[in-house]
Amino acid sequence: MSSGIDSVLMGIILMNLWLVATSRISACIKIVAFQGILVAFLPFVAHASSVTVETSLFVLATVALKGFIFPWLLFRALREANVRREVEPFIGYPVSMVFCVFIFLISMWLGARLPMPRPVFSALVVPVSFATILIGFFIIISRTKALTQVLGYLVIENGIYVFGMALLVEQPVLVELAILLDVFVAVFVMGIAIFHISREFDHIDTHHLSQLRDWTAPKEEVRP
Amino acid sequence: MMFGLFFVPLVAGLLSFIIPWDRLRRTMLMIVAGSHLAMTACCWIVAPPTALNGWFVLDPLGVLFLGIISVLFFAAAIYGVQYLAKEKHHRQGRDEQFLFNNAPEAVFTGCLLIFLAAMTLVVMSQNFGVLWVAMEATTLVSAPLIYFHRHHRSLEATWKYLLICSVGIALALLGNLFLAVTQGPEQSSLLLADLIKNGPLLNIPWLKAAFIFLFVGYGTKMGLAPMHTWLPDAHSEAPSVVSALLSGALLNCAFVSVLRGYQACIAAGIGDFCQDIFILFGILSLFFATIFIFGQTDYKRMLAYSSIEHMGILSLGVGLSGAAVYGAMFHAVNHSLTKAGLFFIAGNILSHFRTKEVKDVRGVLRVLPRSGVLWMAGFFAITGTPPFGVFLSKFMILRAALDQGRVGLAVIFLAVLCAIFIGAARIFLPMAQGAAPEDLKNPAGKEPGFSVLPTMILLALVLVLGLYIPGGLSDLLSAAARMITDVP
Repeated sequence: MSSGIDSVLMGIILMNLWLVATSRISACIKIVAFQGILVAFLPFVAHASSVTVETSLFVLATVALKGFIFPWLLFRALREANVRREVEPFIGYPVSMVFCVFIFLISMWLGARLPMPRPVFSALVVPVSFATILIGFFIIISRTKALTQVLGYLVIENGIYVFGMALLVEQPVLVELAILLDVFVAVFVMGIAIFHISREFDHIDTHHLSQLRDWTAPKEEVRP
Repeated sequence: MMFGLFFVPLVAGLLSFIIPWDRLRRTMLMIVAGSHLAMTACCWIVAPPTALNGWFVLDPLGVLFLGIISVLFFAAAIYGVQYLAKEKHHRQGRDEQFLFNNAPEAVFTGCLLIFLAAMTLVVMSQNFGVLWVAMEATTLVSAPLIYFHRHHRSLEATWKYLLICSVGIALALLGNLFLAVTQGPEQSSLLLADLIKNGPLLNIPWLKAAFIFLFVGYGTKMGLAPMHTWLPDAHSEAPSVVSALLSGALLNCAFVSVLRGYQACIAAGIGDFCQDIFILFGILSLFFATIFIFGQTDYKRMLAYSSIEHMGILSLGVGLSGAAVYGAMFHAVNHSLTKAGLFFIAGNILSHFRTKEVKDVRGVLRVLPRSGVLWMAGFFAITGTPPFGVFLSKFMILRAALDQGRVGLAVIFLAVLCAIFIGAARIFLPMAQGAAPEDLKNPAGKEPGFSVLPTMILLALVLVLGLYIPGGLSDLLSAAARMITDVP
């Protein structure tokens, strides 16, 4: 039982490492989708004895959304944006890998600092959740394309789900579904925004999105 | 009543996507804004019963902020209708040699109304899950509003807004889960009433972690430094109606969300831990705002940084606790009314001068006399000059700090306010005075009554509040303040 959940959690962490080492955007989308499916199945692995109909429905909805609808939306955005299919990170792949391992160590330490007030079936839940969230942040700041930033957002979302799913925090199903709906709309709207960005600028590199700032050098300083 | 407050704008918003006639849609916007205001007034007089097992309650804190949202939305609707009519005439704007098309008006009106529904849901909900859903919904429906002018800079602002706020609010979701964990193995309710009832039993380390995540998450949306980076971009690039609502209503919604978490923490007896965080981020925001108001070249950005300053003041007031909380609640009212009015006037100036650069706008008092006078009045109001309400609420917070013997904080607060006064004066005054630039196309500007009327009303309200606080409002403010004051 415990080894089953531990291996799923380790799988999620390995997905993170794989993600930061991958250079093709399409592969990245697939990895994040696969990670989402793994996360969605956590309640089945963790609470195999007490699976209700509601939980199963929710797991199905999550799998459909994270595993199929999101990648579909992102692939569509990628196709329409017609960009180069490389990730082009600010920080190189080997350094990113080292960084992620470092993040995982910090998360282990954090997890040890915050003991759970309720029985937990695996000591890895909290560290894996924290590490996934932090790696999501790392992806957002270290990758240049708008699309990879959405992927980072999804990784953060996955990390939060690890925590919620593994503990099976009992929220009413309606609220859970509303949260899923919100995340869906977020990705949908971001997809539209990516499409507009690519039409407006002919690429989706976010470092061109830097016109808005304070203290810009005045355009025409010299006036006769 | 509470269902009406939420569903009327929601249904009207959905309808306006399919209504093809501009006139009908604008009339509907006005009617919804008016009826929302009327329903809010009823809720203030007679507290509505709780709905859905205590998930939705309009407590004093909720009524106060619902009132702010409703009044601002009504003003924004008046301003917005004439704004939309004007934008219709020159749909293809020309700004810095860049042609752009506005988004369809139906989408704009629809999103505006759904935005109102989402904000109403935020202040009503007592369940942290629903609260989160509503907050995220405000981000998603306001993103198309910011991208109304299909301009590449508004696109940049929209992208930053979407990403930064979505990620920020995702952290608040983690905070929600932590809140559920604090209650031990048997229970994981996310109802505020349950959390307050079980206050002393909550697990303290996890509750602290939960508050930090809620604070950082919703604080991002509230525009507290250093999580504020989306705010100046979004406020400066959005149409002025939207900027007014973002600044006056949306930031307050985020503030309410943080306060809900704070309520649970007070019940658990870690109020002082939270207060330190409130004070720290309040002071940080004040510093950031001061630095960026000085040397600001864009007047809408300057107003945005002023919003960060005022959010900092709110946070500081709550952090000081005691009498300052009343001051903070009062300040929220004053700031919203004043700032919305200023954004409306900024919109008038922008549409006449066609630039957001401070150095290119001169002689507003001559070219647009009514807007110019209101612009000056707004300047005095927002910087806290005596007859206005903003002065009174800032003074309350300052006095509370001195009464508690926190002289250092009081000195910093005062120094920063003086610096901001000077910084803002260097932007407001030259814009209003002097002769109009020679290359201005039509020196005698037209000012339709509806473009200045909302600001006139809002600033008059702030002026009245500075001289006299009505008994009903005072009671409401104290009741709201009592909910978020840590009684030792």
